[in-house]
Amino acid sequence: MESLEQLCCRLLARFPGAQVSVVPNPGAAAQHSVLLDPAHARAIAEFLRDDEALALDFCSNVTGVDWPDKTVVEVTKASVPDPAGGPAKVTEQKKERLEPGYLEVVYHLYSVKLRHGPLVVRMRTENRTDRVSLPSLTPVWRAAEFQEREVFDLYGAVFQGHPDLRRILMWDGFKDHPMRKDYVEPEDNEWEPTPHGDLLAKVKLQQAAPAAAAPSGAAGGTKS
Amino acid sequence: MSAAPEITDDERAELRRHGILLTSVEELYNWGRSNSVWPLQFGLACCAIEMIAASMARFDIARFGSEVFRPSPRQADLLIVSGTVTKKMAPQVVRLWNQMAEPKYCIAMGACAISGGPFKRGYNVLKGIDRFVPVDIYIPGCPPRPEALLHGLIELQKKIRGQKISGPDAPRHLRSDINCDFPVPEFGEHDLVPPKNPSVWQPPEAVRKG
Repeated sequence: MESLEQLCCRLLARFPGAQVSVVPNPGAAAQHSVLLDPAHARAIAEFLRDDEALALDFCSNVTGVDWPDKTVVEVTKASVPDPAGGPAKVTEQKKERLEPGYLEVVYHLYSVKLRHGPLVVRMRTENRTDRVSLPSLTPVWRAAEFQEREVFDLYGAVFQGHPDLRRILMWDGFKDHPMRKDYVEPEDNEWEPTPHGDLLAKVKLQQAAPAAAAPSGAAGGTKS
Repeated sequence: MSAAPEITDDERAELRRHGILLTSVEELYNWGRSNSVWPLQFGLACCAIEMIAASMARFDIARFGSEVFRPSPRQADLLIVSGTVTKKMAPQVVRLWNQMAEPKYCIAMGACAISGGPFKRGYNVLKGIDRFVPVDIYIPGCPPRPEALLHGLIELQKKIRGQKISGPDAPRHLRSDINCDFPVPEFGEHDLVPPKNPSVWQPPEAVRKG
């Protein structure tokens, strides 16, 4: 298979106006991926499947990734020359910037026909709250149907054009998306014989509140 | 049955050696039903594989009268909760329990059925079936070996043999002062509603030193 940069050039030539870029993976695996813009993703996906040099006819895996909002601190250095002739003074300016989070969906594509792959393709939503729709690639690869439902269920990305977008693991009336970073679990862990880690902190908090009511010697803190 | 026995157990054993069998209705009744505890044919996860192994020739649960795995809760006496109970599955398990006829017993098999096990901190796993169903025997293990299930069954048989059929120590289905309703939880927006049945389960008091 051609390199990702070559592939991006071909895609840009084929789909003018599309935004296609390579997302490098700095890790040891160096499994770089291609980021598609949602507006052209459906057409590009069909191209990836039907193109003779690629023939990516098998979608093996669909994953969701939640990238929460993060504050980035930018440090700019400015050197002010000393009028007295001494060494220049270096001042640092810190600027905090809120980088909005997004949901990301990752597709792993293989070609059974040409025996190559995987090609990792990503799509990103605009934010994590209200603009979370992405084009569904189920019409292109039928194998994506249940996995897109799973991403919808656990992350909350809405796939436009999906034939049957319902929750698949949690029940229909469930409101949360459990795999998101800001998911809050229900308070049903009243009994933990050996709490540790963040659960220990929670138990201590609970113990602190009803301390007056609890009998001396017995800390009934794990009781809700 | 109601009056105190005038013959001691030793005397009865002595009589039995001479070919005279004395017994009570209670003893006969409990002897009979403790040796025909029919489990519900129902498995949830990997513990169910061990349950199946226990029913096959090598471990042979038939030696204890429990080989008849009933495919209908109406005909079953024993609910073996063999595996992880997810929150999505919990209402169905409670419904099966409600459909079983009294007297009925429940074995929580394996770490997951007891407490949620390795998945306890997950968002989707019920932290022990005893939050909704009264459990008679807990069998720890992940999964417990078939011998452990047989041991649990023998303990259950002991428990059945010790049950009274009248008086204040009678089991719940023979008494009017105990509520035998086990409400089926419903799917809520964030969790099961209610998350537990308080008449069945209350969180134990944690006693910690220091």
